Amino acid sequence: MNFKVFIRNIFIVTVATLVLSACATKTTTLPSQIQGDVYTGTDTVEYLAKGVPDRVFFATNESVLTTASRDTLRKQAAWMRTNDSLSFTIEGHADERGTREYNLALGERRANVAKDYLMTYGISGNRLSVISYGKERPVNSGSNPLAWSQNRRSVTVKAN
Amino acid sequence: MKKKIVIIISFFIFFSFNSHALIEVDITRGNLNPLPVAVSPLFIDSTSENKISKELGNLNIGLEISTIIENNLKKTGLFNPLNQDAFIQKPDIAHLKPRFEDWQLIKAQALITGKVEMLENNLRVEFRLWDILAGREMLALAFTTVPNNYRRVGHIITDKVYQRLTGEQGYFDTRIIYVAEEGPKTQRIKKLAIMDQDGANTKYLTLGNELVLTPRFNPTNQMVTYLSYFRNLPRVYLLDIETGVQEVVGTFPGMTFAPRFSPDGKKIIMSFAKDGNSDIYTMNLESREVEQITDHPSIDTSPSYSPNGKLITFNSDRSGYQQIYVMRSDGSNVKRISFGTGIYGTPVWSPRGDLIAFTKLHKGKFYIGVMRIDGKGERLLTENYYQEAPSWSPNGRVLIFYRETKSGDQGEGFSATLWSIDLTGYNERKVETLTDASDPSWSSLLTK
Repeated sequence: MNFKVFIRNIFIVTVATLVLSACATKTTTLPSQIQGDVYTGTDTVEYLAKGVPDRVFFATNESVLTTASRDTLRKQAAWMRTNDSLSFTIEGHADERGTREYNLALGERRANVAKDYLMTYGISGNRLSVISYGKERPVNSGSNPLAWSQNRRSVTVKAN
Repeated sequence: MKKKIVIIISFFIFFSFNSHALIEVDITRGNLNPLPVAVSPLFIDSTSENKISKELGNLNIGLEISTIIENNLKKTGLFNPLNQDAFIQKPDIAHLKPRFEDWQLIKAQALITGKVEMLENNLRVEFRLWDILAGREMLALAFTTVPNNYRRVGHIITDKVYQRLTGEQGYFDTRIIYVAEEGPKTQRIKKLAIMDQDGANTKYLTLGNELVLTPRFNPTNQMVTYLSYFRNLPRVYLLDIETGVQEVVGTFPGMTFAPRFSPDGKKIIMSFAKDGNSDIYTMNLESREVEQITDHPSIDTSPSYSPNGKLITFNSDRSGYQQIYVMRSDGSNVKRISFGTGIYGTPVWSPRGDLIAFTKLHKGKFYIGVMRIDGKGERLLTENYYQEAPSWSPNGRVLIFYRETKSGDQGEGFSATLWSIDLTGYNERKVETLTDASDPSWSSLLTK
């Protein structure tokens, strides 16, 4: 074994260790990322502006907003009020563990729950349209509880 | 699509004898003793063979048709087609008059023989079904059609044989419309696809530019209704298969989905989602009149008519979870019929009228099952990690549905495939498709 190969192997071992330890970390933190069946982490979250998350998460089969979700939507509403030329589409999504047609309806229900909440904080319904993707556009393609919790979501996106 | 198949039943008698038929296939039980049947390659004379080669290329059409019949019969689980290598008698002589002892020797109980000819530019195919033990002809028919239709001839012969031996209509001269899928789970590309029941002749009806879901045939199999995300507006569409013309159904100010035709083909029944609430509506395709059928602050979806059009079964979460309901077609007299443990979806009425097939989710497993229309007699036919959306064969004996596999953390190992299972719960089979596939819908018989 020459020196180059030796160095390369050391490198591979190091990378492998890093990857493995990353996995281990993820596994141990998993329970704290799902509370009461609702995703509470930030791995998949994008931001409409600094400090304004674009999405909220739901429990299985549910369309009830959690305290954290309401907090996120109030931040969205505040930001929308200061950017009143913008309009938005709220995308409703479901996880893959349900029948396709029901999930389309469920996604629509989730998007509307978010829309209604934004409207109670002063955002005109004219600026907010909804679309349901049912289970057709998951953000995490895994088949596990963490992936499903990240996929049960409604996402606010700029429409103009 | 509506390739005219001219069927001329030119001579012979339908049922040579009805009394004391020795062969009978009971399709109400499982496939314990499939009937041994010999399908002799159809005979073709050399003049006709040359003519057909010019039309269809170098293909042994007699053998092709007999193979189509064999595959169809085998997949029913009710018949056991015997290996052609064991056949003693030549196709032409067998077709005139089989030597029944020769066929008994290889344990055949039924024999199918036939002859193919080119008459001018048409293909003429005749076949006979023989009862080997009784030493008698059971059925004889002839068809004339364009050469390109030879696969359909194989399917029609299977239908006739199946009907003669089981007493029930066949389901072989039919097509499946489905959603062809490719690409990663997060950006799945979906196209409408149509194929023969046996997987041949796949054609794509959309290009994959927009998401399409849940296609269903009209009763004459010329139109399809489905959900399309064209211009990011999810709406129910109507597609004329022959012309390719598509139109949106109605002018709803929101998502319409879960469409199906009424049994007379005049209406489309579907869900319309407004302000977070989905109700069931119909639209008359002639008058364009829209009618609201359910009005409830819950999700009402997946509607399906009874064959006589008088009742509708649908799926609602008004009890808190998805359950199956039945109501009159005007929306009155709503009754919940599913009361088992678990949640129930995608009810679809059997073409015979007596059963409703459904998807059930219980303790993390998905089941395809059937129940009577009052909800009694629930039977689960198959259990899997994920499966849903059953569709009935036109004779109500087989269900086709789709399955998805569990994927790894990066989406690896994911697949979506079509499967079929008999109403008996036996004879589960993968239905081969060129790509991943979902949302299958079975046509009615193309030749009635």
